[in-house]
Amino acid sequence: MTIVISKKRRTSGLRPQVEEMSGVKLDTCYQCRKCSAGCPVAVSAGSAPSEIIRRLHLGAGDELLESGLVWMCLSCETCYGRCPMQINFPAVIDALRSLSVAKGIKAPGGNMPLFNRMFLENVKIFGRSYDLSMIMGYKLGSGKLMDDAGKFPAMLGKGKMALLPPSGADKMSVRRIFDHTVGKKVKSK
Amino acid sequence: MKYAYYPGCSSHSTARDMHESATAVARRLGIELVELDGWSCCGATAAHQTDRLLAASLPSSNLLLAQRTGLDTLVTCAACYSRMKAANHEVSSSPDMRKKVAEAVGSDYDGSMPVRHIVEVLLEDVGMPKLKKSLARSLNGLKVAAYYGCLLVRPHDVTGFDDAENPVSLDRLVEAMGGESVDWPCKVDCCGGGLNLTRTDEVVRLSNSIIDMARDSGADCIAVACPMCQASLDLRQKDMKGGAGKGRLPIVYITQLLGLCLGIAPAELGLNRLMASPDAVLQAVSSKGS
Repeated sequence: MTIVISKKRRTSGLRPQVEEMSGVKLDTCYQCRKCSAGCPVAVSAGSAPSEIIRRLHLGAGDELLESGLVWMCLSCETCYGRCPMQINFPAVIDALRSLSVAKGIKAPGGNMPLFNRMFLENVKIFGRSYDLSMIMGYKLGSGKLMDDAGKFPAMLGKGKMALLPPSGADKMSVRRIFDHTVGKKVKSK
Repeated sequence: MKYAYYPGCSSHSTARDMHESATAVARRLGIELVELDGWSCCGATAAHQTDRLLAASLPSSNLLLAQRTGLDTLVTCAACYSRMKAANHEVSSSPDMRKKVAEAVGSDYDGSMPVRHIVEVLLEDVGMPKLKKSLARSLNGLKVAAYYGCLLVRPHDVTGFDDAENPVSLDRLVEAMGGESVDWPCKVDCCGGGLNLTRTDEVVRLSNSIIDMARDSGADCIAVACPMCQASLDLRQKDMKGGAGKGRLPIVYITQLLGLCLGIAPAELGLNRLMASPDAVLQAVSSKGS
């Protein structure tokens, strides 16, 4: 992949913010690309961990948030596990995701921000994950209502999908945590 | 042996069989599990992809519940295990994070409560001699691909589970039960579980290569210790290419295998909930000497 860098660029781009949010310093990366070699989704995402880091070095701005890896990263931690400089790349990706959501940048390849929002909304309401409600919320929101519909009867039949919402969690404590952290970022229905 | 049991959300939905087999095995081995009263979600991937403080606070509030019991926390889900260990790491390595988490949760937590995966408890606390003595049946040479996935072993400085690249905990359990753990290269590969709903094609691609490799390595089944791995490999197997005609490969929890060898009935271990039939496993266990 060719990376075009404008000679006029004077800012340091997203790097300071990403380093601050993730607590990860990127200056020790010497582009050995061990991370990229082990990344299970680099080939499908069209971008690799070492490339994201290099682009941050070179002052990349918001255009970096449109890289496929930002939302395709599986947080499998293989890159971090193998990095000779112990650079926590998954934490870097998490920071890029937060920035992407905050800046309202459309997620390429699948709607992970919607999935995360639905998951957390249910946790905020019930204190625990309520798969059925989360999946329905995601399917309605993404318009992919019939994808995977064939799995549903089998999962119900095997008792692997609870119809009723979970109960028993200390919901007040969970609500407090949401209010004190993401606050209004995750809206309750 | 007494533990604060954190079942995790999937125990009541997609991983009921993990919960059923873990609790049945614990009962049989004299491991007392006290379910944490009022436990809540660990936040899973959605929390850490959204907000670092949220991701550290949700597990911390559960570990504070455990602190009140004075017991080590036992978890069965590899994702909960990973998130709890990560929260311990965040809180104990940064005074600033500890302070912020205390504000969010409403009380101070120092990140010191031990979090144990059931596989660690089986190997370290119950121990091999007692385990072997408790076995009523054998896997009779069943060839098992021990599959660890990501979250138990990585990041290794946070989880500290076994070895990051070549873990052997599940293999040791399989061998102790009279099975043959096959030598294969996908032990710590990722199944793609994180993209389950959003990029199902990727889950199928990654899980397919794991199943193909297990089969090529001669495995009769794959043993897992993570509900996401189980769901990806089992539920998605129908959508995979290749392997047709050879039959589907059973994807069983290590606690289901152990339960069978302890003489527990298959239904009590949730084996009836698997998508790919576990017949090959059941036949091996009942084939002789039992």
